[in-house]
Amino acid sequence: MSEVVKKFLYLNRKAPYGTIYAWESLEVVLIGAAFDQEVRVMFVDDGVYQLTTGQDTKGMGVKNFSPTYRTLGDYEVKSIYVDKDSLEARGLTQDDLVAIAWEDWETEEEIENIVEVVDAARISELMEESDVIFSF
Amino acid sequence: MSILNTVNKSPFERNALESCLKFANRGDPVLLFEDGVYAVLKGTSAEGQVKAALDTQSIYVLGPDLAGRGFSEDRVIEGVKVVDYAGFVDLSAENDKVQAWL
Repeated sequence: MSEVVKKFLYLNRKAPYGTIYAWESLEVVLIGAAFDQEVRVMFVDDGVYQLTTGQDTKGMGVKNFSPTYRTLGDYEVKSIYVDKDSLEARGLTQDDLVAIAWEDWETEEEIENIVEVVDAARISELMEESDVIFSF
Repeated sequence: MSILNTVNKSPFERNALESCLKFANRGDPVLLFEDGVYAVLKGTSAEGQVKAALDTQSIYVLGPDLAGRGFSEDRVIEGVKVVDYAGFVDLSAENDKVQAWL
């Protein structure tokens, strides 16, 4: 295991399905999770649409990758942030978004939902304190 | 002559819908699909634009793309008609041309 732990931030700004960005981001988050770094995932602008519940892509003929978001807590992702203004501009609330649970296997510490709606100032702060930002 | 206008981009990321509504002939239909479907949801910052357009033209949305993104028909602005793929084909056939606002 590497001794240096860096803060990784994945910044998602695209809606799912219309482009490949959301899917690619999810893949990179899952790969990155294998390296024991501090991983945070953030959803801003149309990126908030990635987390909507009830996605049913049968009629579209593409894979529904939304259930994977629910498993992020199992991949050492402990923090997920959603921009409040982006939700409001789209007529959405946290009730429209999936809940993502987190559990520490060693301490058995549990968090029911790590999805946190935050304001712009907090997002700036989180970007500032991150060592690496992956942009999608 | 009538033109079916299609928009497949999110109104929050591109100005495709805005340009479509600006240049499309009044009375010509507009069909929203792929990321364009986000425009017809209630309570968004694009709602006023869509409601104003409904006064002069028919607006359609592709149902499967709406469901794929997690939204049921009751989230759609009143007056917007939900169509399936066959409805998309019918609209294409009924109109003389199709203009895609990419």
